[in-house]
Amino acid sequence: MQFFSDNLPLLRDAFLTTLGLSLLSGLLALVLGTLLAAMRVSPVPPLRGLATFYVETFRNTPLTVVFFFIIFGLPQIDFVVSFFVGAVVSVGMYTAAFVAEALRSGINAVGPGQAEAARAIGLTFGQSLREVVLPQAFRTVVPPLGNVWIAMVKNTSIAAGFATTELAATLPRLANANAGDILLILLAVVVGYMLITVPSAYGIHHIERRVAILR
Amino acid sequence: MTTPVLFDVPGPRARARIRIGTVVGALLVLAIVAFVLVRLGGNGQLEGQRWAVLFDPNTNVPQRLFEALLRTLRVALVAMVIATALGLLLAVARLSDHRWLRLPVSAVIEFFRAIPLLVVIFALYFVLPGFGIRLSTYAALTAGLVLYNMAVIAEIVRAGILSVDRGQRDAALAVGMRKSQVMSLVLLPQAVRRMLPILIAQLVVLLKDSSLGFIIGYFELLRQARSLVEYFTPRFGNDYTFQLYVAAALMYIVVNVLLSQLAKLVERRTRRNARTAAAAAPALLDDGSSTGGQVV
Repeated sequence: MQFFSDNLPLLRDAFLTTLGLSLLSGLLALVLGTLLAAMRVSPVPPLRGLATFYVETFRNTPLTVVFFFIIFGLPQIDFVVSFFVGAVVSVGMYTAAFVAEALRSGINAVGPGQAEAARAIGLTFGQSLREVVLPQAFRTVVPPLGNVWIAMVKNTSIAAGFATTELAATLPRLANANAGDILLILLAVVVGYMLITVPSAYGIHHIERRVAILR
Repeated sequence: MTTPVLFDVPGPRARARIRIGTVVGALLVLAIVAFVLVRLGGNGQLEGQRWAVLFDPNTNVPQRLFEALLRTLRVALVAMVIATALGLLLAVARLSDHRWLRLPVSAVIEFFRAIPLLVVIFALYFVLPGFGIRLSTYAALTAGLVLYNMAVIAEIVRAGILSVDRGQRDAALAVGMRKSQVMSLVLLPQAVRRMLPILIAQLVVLLKDSSLGFIIGYFELLRQARSLVEYFTPRFGNDYTFQLYVAAALMYIVVNVLLSQLAKLVERRTRRNARTAAAAAPALLDDGSSTGGQVV
């Protein structure tokens, strides 16, 4: 137990870094993903094309490569960001593609009659999207968005490869220094992730039941 | 493209608005492209000589990248084959009537789906040596990909088995097959056929995940690009950094898009098949991220 009292601050900070990284990337992904989904269903071809290009590119690129471009590529065009901000941007931009896909399937699942009715009472495209379609779409896609969120929390571990001391990064670091307590370290890291993912899964389930639309 | 449920077939005024939107949108796209190009050009990233290095065999760069691509594909292929075999076994075991088999297998599957793949790889690479087992980077990466993906594939296959019509199982039992025969001769063949598109999509995920080898130092595509960058930097500074990363990214994207197309093709073919058309494969796990799949 000596091990825990020695390393508790490090593990706590790492946990908080993972949590902060997840929340900030999640927020970025949600905002950007919603924007992309709206662009993909909009009547304006260049916006549709741009969003499709974004989603297809990011879905087919490893997150590690995205990290590379943000951390090592951006300085080449004179943007220098800190490792943490770089990690938030990488994970957020990557996840936005999956959020957009989930939302688009949700938009498609909203009954056509809803959109028709919105148009019939004279709402514009933006209004019917904002007031009628998106609220319903969000409620339909709670489970897939929840999966995206949990996958994203686990994906934040890749920041370990890019100088962010989050949970996964503590594993090799502490393993070298405390060879005897190696299983405890592994346990601490695994429990750290589960502290985020397991309550999330329950929360998502709860939200899903509360907002479900019966069709 | 989605069917435009959100807007009517546009009338003259809407058409005018859309035209304006198109022009503004196109200008926006052009502005983004121009901004990036100007920034890149300003730093000399667009000079032909910088890109030529990617295609000049004398520099050894194309060969190295190609070899690294093969290493990436090899890891992905080996991991996929083993993970699929184990995944099939686990899926069958999880559906077993025997509680002593079902419970531990469920626990294994849920465990590997709940923790990040990178942690699994780290555990194999940094923790196992503490118990006297030292894995190479290749073995650690492959084993990590296998452990993680066998859990995901087990869930895909399980969903497939459960989606096979109940009557199939009842009929097989009625003609006197044993439970193992029902599974291996009737349920599994139909489930795998139905799940093939999702399994191929999972290969894309696995291929993307093989880039995690970079973090423990396996010489896959990304690590190779990084190493070439480090090799060039002392002599040419950052001259080729951007180009090499772009090349690596494009190689991933091309291979993955090809695989996605293959998955779509297979999906169309299975759809056309009357026997499997009855139940379309549930849209499972297509969040494609490195740690895709549901937890709990």
